[in-house]
This record gives sequence, structure tokens and C-alpha cells, in this order.
Amino acid sequence: MIDALKALEIQALEAITAAAAAEALEVLRIRYLGRKDGQISGILRGLGSLGADERPAVGAEANRVKERVQVALDERKAALEAGTGGPGPYLDLSLPGSRGWRGGRHPVTQAIDELWSIFRSMGFTRARGPEVETDWYNFVALNTPLDHPVVDEADTLYLRNGLLLRTHTSPVQIRTMELHEPPIRIIAPGMVFRRDTPDTTHTPAFLQLEGLVVDEGITFIDFKATLAEFARRFWGPGTQIRFRPSFFPFTEPSAEVDVKRILTRPDGTTEETDWLEIMGAGMVDPAVLDNVGYDSERYTGFAFGMGPARIAALKYGIRDIRVFFEDDIRFLNQFARP
Amino acid sequence: MKVSYQWLRALLPGLTNSPEETAEILALRGAPVEEMLHLAPGLEGLVVAKVVAVQGHPDADRLSVCQVEAGGGVLQVVCGAPNVQAGGLYPFAPAGSFLPGGMAINAVSIRGVESNGMLCSEAELGMGPDADGIMALSGDFPPGEPLAAALGLDDWRMDVEITANRGDLLSHVGIARELASAGGKALILPSIPGSQGPPWGLQDSGLALETGEVEVSVGGVSVRVQDPDLCSRYLGAVIRGVKVGPSPPWLASRIRAAGSRPINNVVDATNYVLLEMGQPLHAFDLAKLHGSAIVVRRAREGELLRTLDGVNRRLDEGMLAICDRSVPVAIAGVMGGVDSEVSGETTDILLECALFDPKSIRATRNALDMSTDASYRFERGVDPEGMEPAVERAVEIILATAGGRLDSAVLDACPVPWSGLTVPLRPGRVQRLLGITLTEDEIGELLGPLGFRVTGTLDEALNFAVPGFRSYDVRREVDLLEEIARSYGYDRFPSELGPFRPGTVPDHPLFQVEDDLRDLLVGEGFFEAQTMAFAPEAEGEVELSNPVSMQEAHLRTALLPGLVRRVEFNFARGMRDVRLFELGTVFLPGESGGAPREEAHLALVLTGNQAPLHWKGEPKGVDLWYLKGLLGRLVSEARMEGSRVAEGAPSGQRLVPEEGFSVVGADGETLGSAGRIDSARVDAPAWAGPVWGLELTLPGEPNPKAPPLYEAPPAFPGVDRDLALLLPKALPARQVGKVIQEAAGPLLFDLQIFDLYEGKGIAEGLRSVAFRLRYQSHQRTLMDEEVERSVKTVVNRLREELGVEPRG
Repeated sequence: MIDALKALEIQALEAITAAAAAEALEVLRIRYLGRKDGQISGILRGLGSLGADERPAVGAEANRVKERVQVALDERKAALEAGTGGPGPYLDLSLPGSRGWRGGRHPVTQAIDELWSIFRSMGFTRARGPEVETDWYNFVALNTPLDHPVVDEADTLYLRNGLLLRTHTSPVQIRTMELHEPPIRIIAPGMVFRRDTPDTTHTPAFLQLEGLVVDEGITFIDFKATLAEFARRFWGPGTQIRFRPSFFPFTEPSAEVDVKRILTRPDGTTEETDWLEIMGAGMVDPAVLDNVGYDSERYTGFAFGMGPARIAALKYGIRDIRVFFEDDIRFLNQFARP
Repeated sequence: MKVSYQWLRALLPGLTNSPEETAEILALRGAPVEEMLHLAPGLEGLVVAKVVAVQGHPDADRLSVCQVEAGGGVLQVVCGAPNVQAGGLYPFAPAGSFLPGGMAINAVSIRGVESNGMLCSEAELGMGPDADGIMALSGDFPPGEPLAAALGLDDWRMDVEITANRGDLLSHVGIARELASAGGKALILPSIPGSQGPPWGLQDSGLALETGEVEVSVGGVSVRVQDPDLCSRYLGAVIRGVKVGPSPPWLASRIRAAGSRPINNVVDATNYVLLEMGQPLHAFDLAKLHGSAIVVRRAREGELLRTLDGVNRRLDEGMLAICDRSVPVAIAGVMGGVDSEVSGETTDILLECALFDPKSIRATRNALDMSTDASYRFERGVDPEGMEPAVERAVEIILATAGGRLDSAVLDACPVPWSGLTVPLRPGRVQRLLGITLTEDEIGELLGPLGFRVTGTLDEALNFAVPGFRSYDVRREVDLLEEIARSYGYDRFPSELGPFRPGTVPDHPLFQVEDDLRDLLVGEGFFEAQTMAFAPEAEGEVELSNPVSMQEAHLRTALLPGLVRRVEFNFARGMRDVRLFELGTVFLPGESGGAPREEAHLALVLTGNQAPLHWKGEPKGVDLWYLKGLLGRLVSEARMEGSRVAEGAPSGQRLVPEEGFSVVGADGETLGSAGRIDSARVDAPAWAGPVWGLELTLPGEPNPKAPPLYEAPPAFPGVDRDLALLLPKALPARQVGKVIQEAAGPLLFDLQIFDLYEGKGIAEGLRSVAFRLRYQSHQRTLMDEEVERSVKTVVNRLREELGVEPRG
């Protein structure tokens, strides 16, 4: 008898869960709990015909099942009235959730963020300087006489009063050393300006990231090791790094740093890139140290500069860097936070 | 610098590296090849063929059947060209080869006659327009010789990037010298076809020079250097009886291979020497020089000269001119004049090889806004030791290609003789700067191949004699150290990261503020924009003297106008919902014409809906209240301490004053604004919503962010009381809130406005504003009575002070 009650319970609960309307629930209530013909009611009514040894256990179980079914009916009814729960058309879970607008940092800012996080872990801090500069800070103090051919190559934009828009972030080197004593260990991200007609690889304003390290005992080996470590971290394991001689008036020896990357295609195969130029760098020229009043016999250092826009373009496969200044939100959305 | 690979091979017979390998070596020596161009693409497989016999085609009038020798026996070829002749040499594409255009040549039968290849026209080879007949080759070529080699086209033109310090690399000899130092190859000057040998016996007697300090005169021709500060030496060689005409093929093809254009044998000879040795030369028509004289002097103000490019130039006192007895005939080191140009009638020439002051040349060509191969080299420094060999070489080529004879001596006005340059190097500095330890011998071995020689020692320093061609950029000890590093090879230095000391420079706090603002705005669904600082006149106060664009010749005083243009850009692409912000610098006029005042700004623009479309209903458009809420958060995140938000946007900007706010600093200065942008100032399509904008001046040196101070949250329950008040429309809710706060006393924990209603049921001129007052205590559970008492006080005070009544 007890087994029959348990089977009845399972059957009733399943039917209640499947009921999709109040009318159906009423039918079920009458079927199981109805005063006249309810199946559970019937068992309770028939208790008297059972033996005394069996009666208490069956009675207790029948009451338990009756209560359980009643609770299930009430819950199901409430759920149907609230319009929730239950199967079928009442809750289409495939509908999209609600959310706010996507936003994101500019892709070039993201490149700077990544550069900063690497240099920060290598003990650097950030410095800044004005964007309008004097000849002294932009050229002369950086060992670049104004009649040197590289001044032409800089394509400087001048103000009416003879001041200029800095052509590189290197003036921050001078300003920082004027204010602070060694050891110096800084990076300086900032906007720089050139009198360039915009094309796929040039914009007349762009972000640059300068770096400067000055202390006693800094050598070409520290210079190479620091920048190679940076390049490996930024461009990923397997990246080859090459230093080749170059010329900047404010560093000597000077170098261009190239990387050769391993790209993994979507199908899993890999491809080696050409050598990509990623920064100009070198040992700080003693004339620069002399110009800020450092003892160039005692202190040595290295400096480097790179273009985060170029780096972002290489990293993201962008072939025309002018898109960085268009601010087309469909472009920016590709670099958004999820 | 455009470099011919074959020319390098002629200078370095030992060069076994391919063009690609050569480029790689140069890159690692500091002269990367930016572009490499094969001069004869597509000529592989094509050869020179000799037609040994020609017969008519049996079945076609216009065709002929030729027997052709092309290296591997005699082949039969059918040819349609009218000019084919037995005994002639022609370009030949054998069966199995391809034309430069990609067309495959096969053995075919043409009207029943077998043809095993094709004799080619200029047009078929992509070498010219002539398609009427096949290209006849003049010269003594063996049949079967590769066509590219026969035409001098088996060459690569390398565009080498030369840094500003390496004027010595602006020539084939310079590049070859660098390659030789990398690999121990010997450099020779290739012999000149048709030459009788060096004209004055260099080996035994040296140059036949007639040297004077300032002026020198031989055989009626004189050279005088009047301004020795700008010209330290002037060599003049006189060649008489030349026959000016086209250059021979070897000379013309060298000039072409290096990317220049052949002109005539005399001019090409000077250009050849410039390209080969880096020494700019100029040939004058001696007959056109008044008084057969050269006078090197500063120009007089206003002197005129028509230069070879056909432009009339007005000279001034700062420029060095090459003059004859009366007028300027060339701008020194930049360009010659038309009047003394070598032409077809020229018989006697004066060949100039001079050394000019680099800075003077640069100033002159800057003032004239021109640059030439000569000025480019003089600016970067021309080898003072290379003048005599250059004159000798040019004379040899002219004599070989244009005939004539050299006057007995070369005029040499030499007011400032080159005395050589010696630079000391302390071996200890090698370790100090480069981090590697080298012996004196090793240092000498590294510098020797680059032309530096130890001449002695002084106070533990090695004295190095610097070769003339490096005398412009190697003048200090550190310059030699760089040469050591370069010669040693940058790649050979170890790359071991050592310990470092932390720097003394604190991280600039504005970077952190900018990062915090980015985080906040990105979370609010904004994209960061970047715009350039250039602005039209109406938006800038600081003017550029040489702007990139005349329309944007000023520097911006605010970021918002540029961002509004970015909104318009997105509108034009159909984007309705645009939310952009920018962190950037603005430029305000400085004091008394000095440096502009730079400010770091944050600006944002937004338009469209507050959230993306969603099936639960059309979201609301961005409104003033969203903007106001954002403004408060940004002011706080920007650490604009002491600043407050005031109602009303500043007038005179693009914001509607009645629908906006100002940020007022501690001293009453305006530090920001936010509001709706005047629709008359936005180029918006009809479907666009209003555009809202905000701009803040960030503190230049923000204080560090103060850490929050912990306060225990109340442990006892709070009680809420709602109070709907009827406010006259002109009474700001903020004022009412202030009275409530004062009247309610210390138990008032929080005060919010949660409803605003006007219209039906509310008297005209009034609005119902509902406040929720939360009472709470840190000490105890509040009694109903004390809360009721406080509310009553609030109601009374509002009535007394503001005449405000609760809503009935």
C-alpha cells in the first residue's frame, strides 16, 4: 500500500509540473485530492478497512503525500499566475540580455598601456614635458646644431614667435635631467609633430614613447639587454631581435632595433615576418650629459624612442595609420572591451 | 643613395655576395637598403642571336624563314619583321622561354614551317615603343650571351638609406669601402674603356698642380678664392678641344643604373665621378667665362643667375657664388648657371673640383629652397683628401670619351690646406661605455679596416689619424667608440640583463589621473578618440608659421570642437549613437608672446540612446541628467579638488547656456563645462538626436588620490519618510534640500529626490517634488516619535523660510 502511495505521488507531481494552465491544475486536484473521487482521498477514506498494525504507517504516508501534492498544486498555480516557470512559450531564454554600450581605449593607448606595463615591471616611471618647445630643448641640447642636416629631416612646425612643436619626445630627456639627479630611469609617452603630409605611414601628429636610463656604469651591454628583454616580452617568445648601427645626434653609438616575429595563422601554421624596425636607440651622447650639467666621465646611459601607432599597426595588421585619427566608431569598436 | 650592384662589383672584384646578401651586410653596417630593383625583370632565358641566313616563307609574303645561331647550334625561326637581315644580332626568345609580359614561347608551325623561338622587337621586350621591327643590337656580342648582360641590364639598383652623419657613403666607392672593411676585400677603380691611362702619370710625378694660396693663373686662365672661410680649396682643370656628344654605352648605362639621366659625355663624366667617388664636380664652357677667370666670392645683394633648371635666382650676401671676371656663373656647391653650360658648341672646358663649407651650402640651398646631388653631398661633408683623385678620374674619362687635351697644369687655389685630423682614444673608455674589454691591439684591428690609423700615444691615449672621408663625423673619442662597436658588430655584444638602481624621478601623477578617467569612461561605454591639435582660426589663438594645412594653421584651445567634427564624421557614416572622449593638450596664448600655456584637457561628446536597442523597449535618449551625473563623477575622478559644479553653461561657447553646467574652481575660475551643443553648431542629419558635450581642464600636477577612510556602517535599522512638497517652479530643489538637511538635524542619514510631477492636480506655477528622508543612528534604534518630531520641524521650517507646503 505504501509503494502504491509513492507511485501515486510521483505520477501526480509529474502531471502538476507539466500542467500549463489553471484549468488543468483543477482537473488534477480533483483527480488526486477530490473529496468524492480523489485517489489519495480514497485511500485515506479506506484506512478503516486496514489492519491495526498497518493503519498508522499507511495513514501517515497518505497524509504526507496529500500535503506534498497540495503544496505542488499551490506552487504551480502561483507560478502560472506570475507568468514564470514552466516549460514552453512563457520564457524564451534565447532572447538577448540587456547591456550598456561597449567602450574602449584607443588602440594606440592600448599599445602604450602594454609598453608601460612592461617598462613599469623593469623599474621605469613616467615623465612628461610640454608639446611646444624651444630650439634648445628640441635640438641644441640634444647635440643637434640648428645647421645640421637632420634639422631639415625633422620637418619642424614653427609657431609665429619662433617656438616650435616638438618633433620628438627627446626634449623630455633634457627637462627630466635638469630637474633630477641620476639614477634616471624613465619613459615619456607623448604627442609629437612633423610637417608631413598625411599618407599611409605618416600623420603630422603622432604619439611617441621615449625612454632614458642614466647612471654610473651603464654600458652598451645594459642597453642591449634591456631593450632585448623588452622586445621579447612585447612581441612574444620566439621573437628575434637585431641591433643595427644608425645615427641620431643625441646618442652614440646609435642603433635601430628590428624584430622578426613568428605569426601564427588561424589554421595553426606559422609564418616568419621580415625584419621590422621598431625603435631608434643608443648610448646617450656625452655632449647631452654635459648640456644638463651631468659629469659625462662619471655617468653613462642609453635612450630609446618608438612609435606606439606604428607598433599598434604592426600588431593589429593595420596598413594605413590615418585610421587612428578618424575615430570611426566601427573601427574603435574592434578594440573595445567586451 | 641609388647604388648599382654591378658598379660595386666593378669596384670590388672580390665581392661574391648576391645583391640580397650585400643588402644584409650593408644593413648591419648602418646603411639599410630600402628598396632593390632588378633592372631587367623578365629577361631571364632570353639571349643574343645571330641570324645567319634569311629566306622567304614559301606560303606567306610577309614572313621570312631565318636560320639563327643562339649558342646551341642553328635553329630555324619564322620572323615577320621587315628589318631582319642576315648577319644581324637580335634579341631572341628560344622555345620554352617567356617574354617579360609573361607570354610563353613554344616551338610552333607557322603556315607549315617549323619555328623554334622568336626574334623580338623593343615593344615585345617592354623596353620601348618600337613594334615595327625587331630590335637590332649593335656591339660585338657572342651569340647565346644572356640578353640582360648584353644590354647592361643585368643589374640591381639598391636604394640605400644613408644617415646624415655618413656623407662618405654617398658614393659607390664609399659603399664599396664599407663592404671591403666588412670582409677584407680589396677596392680598385675600374679602368676606363678607351682611356690612354691616367693623363699625367700619377705613379711617378703625382698631380701636376700649380698651387697658389689665394690666386693662381696658368696659360691665361685664373682662379681666385676671395672668401677662404667658405671655400678652402678650388681645383680647376682646363681641357681644350673636346668634342661634346652622347656618352658611350658603358658610361650611359652606369649613369642610368644609378638612377640618373645621361646628358652628354662631359657632363656625364662629372656625374660619373660624383656617383663613383662622391666628389661633386662642375664643367664650365671656358669660352663663356669673362676674362677666362674664376672668382670664388660671396654674392652681392641682388645679383642674378639663371641656373641649369631654368630658374632665375636672386642671390644675396650670405651665398657663395662662383663668378667670372664680372658676374656669377654658378651657385657654389649647389648648381651651375645656364650661360656657362657645356653645350654642343663647347670646345674648351674648365673643370671645377672645390671644397665648400657645409653650413654655407646648407644655408644657401635652404634660402633658395632647392637641393641637388652636389649640395646634398657638400652639406654632409666631401672628402678633402679625395679632390685630386676625382679631378684625375674626371679628366681621364673626358679625354677618353670627348677627346681634347689637358692644359699643362691643374690650377690649385688653396687658401686653407687640409692638415689632417687626429683623435685621441683612452682604451679604458671602451670598457666604460661598451662594457667589453679590448686590448690596444684589438682596438687597432677593429679600427684599421675603417681607415683609422694609430699615429702615436699621449697620456695613455691612442692617437688615431682620421681619414679625410670620415673627418666630418669622427672628431671625438666617443665617435671612435661607436666605430669600435660597429666594427666589432652589435650582434656580438652579450645581452645579459644586470641589476639596476631605481630612478629618482617619481611617476608623473597626471598619467594616473588620465588612466582613471579612461577606466571610468570606458566602463560608461565611451570610445577613446584621438584628434590632432591643429585647428581652424576660429578655434585657436596660437598660430603656426608653416602649417601643414592653411585651413588648420592654429593650435586648438579646446578639444570639444574637434570631437564634434568626429561626431559629424560618424553621422555621415550613418552612426546614430556616438560616444567619444579624448585626453589631450590645448594651447592658450602665453604671456607677452612667450610660450603658450598648455593645459591637459578631457572632453567627451555623446549623442543617441543611453543604451543599445533592446526588445524590452526603446531605450531613452541621452539627456541632461545623465550628463550631469557623469560630470560630477568625472570632476571627482579628475581630482579637481575645490571645484564645484554650477548651474548654467558658460556662454560664448558651443553649449546652450540654459541646458548645461560649469565647473568652477576654488578661485572662481572656470575649469569645465557640460551641456547640450547648440544644434546650429553641429552638421547633423535629420534623424540625429541632440549632441551633448563636456570638457574639463585637468590639474597639471594632481595630488595623489587620498585613500578612503573606513567608517562602520550603522548597526541599527533606518526609517524612511517620504515628503512630497509643492515647489514654485523658480525655486531650485537644491535650496529646498539644504533647508531640509539643516532642519532635520543629525539623525537625517540620507536625502533623495525620487519623484517630480507637474500638471493635472497641481496648481499652475507649482510642481510636486518628492523627497525621501532616511533617518538612522549609529547608537540606537530610532523611536517613531522622534522621527515624526523631526519631520514636523522640517515641514515648519520649509513653510517659514521658503513658503513651501507639503502636497495635500
